[in-house]
Amino acid sequence: MKKVLKNIFIGLVFFFLFLPIIVLVCFSFNSSELNIVFEHFTLRWYYELFSNKQLIEAFTNTILIAIISTIVSTVIGTMGAIGLHKYNFPFKNTINKLLYIPIVIPEIVLGISLLSIYTLFKLELSIYTILLSHIVFCIPFVVVSVRSAINKNVDTIEQAAYDLGASNFQTLFLITLPTLLSGIRAGALLSFTLSLDDVIISYFTSGPSSNTLPLKIYSMIKTGITPDVYALSSILLLIVFIILTFNILMQMRSIGSDAR
Amino acid sequence: MKKESKFFKYLSLLPISFYVIVLIFLPLLYIFCLSFLTTDYYGGINNTLTLSNYLNLIDLVYIKLFIKSFLIAGISTFICICIAYPFVIFVSQKKKMTKNIIMTLVMVPFLTNSLIRTYGWIVLLRKTGIVNTFLQDINVISSPISFIYNDFGIILGMVYTLLPFMILPLFSAVDKIDKSVIEASYDLGSTSFKTFFKIIVPQTKVGLFNGSLMVFIPAIGYFFIADLLGGGKLMLIGNLIKNQFLSARNWPFGAAISISLVLITFGLVKIYQKIGGKMDDLGGF
Repeated sequence: MKKVLKNIFIGLVFFFLFLPIIVLVCFSFNSSELNIVFEHFTLRWYYELFSNKQLIEAFTNTILIAIISTIVSTVIGTMGAIGLHKYNFPFKNTINKLLYIPIVIPEIVLGISLLSIYTLFKLELSIYTILLSHIVFCIPFVVVSVRSAINKNVDTIEQAAYDLGASNFQTLFLITLPTLLSGIRAGALLSFTLSLDDVIISYFTSGPSSNTLPLKIYSMIKTGITPDVYALSSILLLIVFIILTFNILMQMRSIGSDAR
Repeated sequence: MKKESKFFKYLSLLPISFYVIVLIFLPLLYIFCLSFLTTDYYGGINNTLTLSNYLNLIDLVYIKLFIKSFLIAGISTFICICIAYPFVIFVSQKKKMTKNIIMTLVMVPFLTNSLIRTYGWIVLLRKTGIVNTFLQDINVISSPISFIYNDFGIILGMVYTLLPFMILPLFSAVDKIDKSVIEASYDLGSTSFKTFFKIIVPQTKVGLFNGSLMVFIPAIGYFFIADLLGGGKLMLIGNLIKNQFLSARNWPFGAAISISLVLITFGLVKIYQKIGGKMDDLGGF
């Protein structure tokens, strides 16, 4: 009996978390534009979505920004985490401390400080400044994730590789990076998520001509969002779901191989 | 001994150092300097040093705004704790695979854009929304209830958007507790209530504070939730900063508010470190 109540509680929390999303997915198949009752099933909004050039462009930009910022921040963050672990240099402690700033300060402060510095350097606000800003706030999360995977073991295995005559490159690509893979993957996934979800940083660092999904939606909310946006969000959700399922499968595999 | 090449050292350290100095330190330093400058009639920045931006903050209007903002963030944090604690305790009693799947599912909502999710609540709760229409159709209410466009709407939006940030650190803390300690407490005749406050809370206080930071700090700055779910005039500190930078164009004043926020944040982080929290655990979930 008690167990049932616990499961009901877990279920209720999930209901709360998923309710608005379920509503949007349902209404993306609804023939009525009013979003109050479900009339009947239609794929009309999905067809309309593909003829809405602006929306498709916003979608592509958002995905591209997420992919590129994930790749760049994962590379810089991973190399940085390894470097900060291995080498000593002056101000290392300061660098380590400053790295936490984008994680702890309110996003809005990061947004306005980037906006100010772009203005100071006369960088024109555009889709590229959004990309740069996303890289800025993703890197610390990658560093933290990768660092959590670094332990004494890694040093020992690396030393063994060097002793056996492996070159720096061989050690890095065949030993270090594969050992840190779980941390790198977690960092990359987090970056991708943060970039897709971001509203605040994009809001401050975008120019009048840059067209990304959050900005597009923000401007639409005042007048009302058309169901093709729901259709788009549903597609996005599906993509994310596939990536996550893939991630769970990878986890299962690594748990399986640990057991062996 | 290990052979090290200078090339590798520079390859790994130069990008990250450049990034930290130019894209983290410099912007914050600039905002800090900006907060001591003045602005002319057109929003241009004058190079005269002043404390007036900070002194202007000591005004009843802004003090009220700060208090309100902190209250909303505080209430949202408290509600998140009340939902997340039982949730993570129940989940931690499941099998390993089930735990993994549940924790991944918790992340799913915040993989869709937060604006879209917030809009989902508008569709559900506005006066002509699904819930009100339904309640009127079954004659439970005669006129629509104002669920949103008020403080309740803002708190709902904050709790909804930030709940996963409470659940994740709290879960990793609760999951680490030795289950036999909890069993022992029951065996010795403790109630669930007592076990929770005497065993679980003390052992997870770092995770609890971590989650609270990850909810409280963003809740001060999430202007778009107040914009979308709050009633027109009610503003949070985040909205005030946004207005100073985008519409009022008083950047130095906006910078002063931002620096005050950063100082408060640093204070909270210091407390977190004092009670034994590790910096790497913030945001590393």
